[in-house]
Amino acid sequence: MTKVSMTVNGKAVSGEVEGRTLLVDFLRQGLGLTGTHVGCDTSQCGACVVHVDGKAVKSCTMFALEAEGAHVTTIEGMANPDGSLSTLQQAFQDHHGLQCGFCTPGMIMSAAALLAENPRPSEAEIREYLEGNLCRCTGYHNIVKAIMAASGQDVSSIAAE
Amino acid sequence: MYNFEIERPGTIEEAVAALAAEEAQALGGGQTLIPTLKARLAAPAKLVSLSGIAELKGLRREGDRLVIGSGTTHAEVAREAAEAYPALAALAGGIGDPAVRNRGTIGGSLANNDPSACYPAAVLASGATVITSTREIAADDFFQGMFTTALDDGEIITSVSFPVPQAASYQKFEQPASRFALVGVFVAKFADGVRVAVTGASEDGVFRWSEAEAALSEDFSADAISGLSVSPEGMIGDLHGTPEYRAHLVKVLTGRAVAAA
Repeated sequence: MTKVSMTVNGKAVSGEVEGRTLLVDFLRQGLGLTGTHVGCDTSQCGACVVHVDGKAVKSCTMFALEAEGAHVTTIEGMANPDGSLSTLQQAFQDHHGLQCGFCTPGMIMSAAALLAENPRPSEAEIREYLEGNLCRCTGYHNIVKAIMAASGQDVSSIAAE
Repeated sequence: MYNFEIERPGTIEEAVAALAAEEAQALGGGQTLIPTLKARLAAPAKLVSLSGIAELKGLRREGDRLVIGSGTTHAEVAREAAEAYPALAALAGGIGDPAVRNRGTIGGSLANNDPSACYPAAVLASGATVITSTREIAADDFFQGMFTTALDDGEIITSVSFPVPQAASYQKFEQPASRFALVGVFVAKFADGVRVAVTGASEDGVFRWSEAEAALSEDFSADAISGLSVSPEGMIGDLHGTPEYRAHLVKVLTGRAVAAA
């Protein structure tokens, strides 16, 4: 076992991990942050997306030890400081951007990464950016709508009311 | 996954020393290696992570060449090569998905030499030079068949030096489930001729289509290859496409790449 230290959602944390411990397992089992989900465990579905030093990554496809010293943000770090939902999270609720909710943590983290680099993405840009996030319930339309709404754009023309 | 140690050296020298251990393996961005380890298709005793080595990261111009550190991610190449070598930037921006592009590296992709990976086509078509911890290897000598390269045990790619072509384009026909190239063709036009490299199609991995290169060096237009055909012999055949289908795609995509270059 090796000691690993990083900053997660603004707090300094550390723990003992094996070489093979994935970042997602350290977050979920080591820190009890179970908001980050493991869907496929094969780096396809994106339910495990977190931000490492500001970049969206699949935490099932990165070792915990590779995040030594990094700043990690998970879904638990996305709400406003007073605990209320962030604009993006609220938009997912308002526009029914989730049904079962399993993919939602990854969707929110990917969407937040998109909006950080492209504050007013087009519908096509959103759909392309979500290529690595699979949702089996919604058919994506309302997810796209929520992200457009969160970026302050008119969503009346988006498909599937 | 079987367990292993992870070492994170800070310099190339330390990484080379760490890789001298028994059953040690270099870890780039891990976007292929970690799924491989999960499937227990590899069982190294030690992984030497290259992600902490600052000198492996970043892009720079060297005269008319673009030099890319092996630890540079696909996302960084997509963003930072856009002006210097737009076709290469577009290729990098089409690998995997955004989260994969934030971790996967050019060096990792080349060292793995997946027969359907995108980067080998760019490196071979550009006539790039692969620079390692011990030597420089011409692209024509680097790729030696499916998942096989000229790299020796413990040798690390440190950077890739691309001559920037006058015009270039990469056209990928995506396998719809994996989004890997079912076939991908990179065409690069230089003052002294045209190079065409094909990925995804051959059982021997990336290769140059020399008949097309000769025809396009005479006349750089999609019509110039209309009379050529690609033999299906040695092409990959699987549930996604027959050898004949892949051979056909090579020609179609080469024409599209020339038109788009």
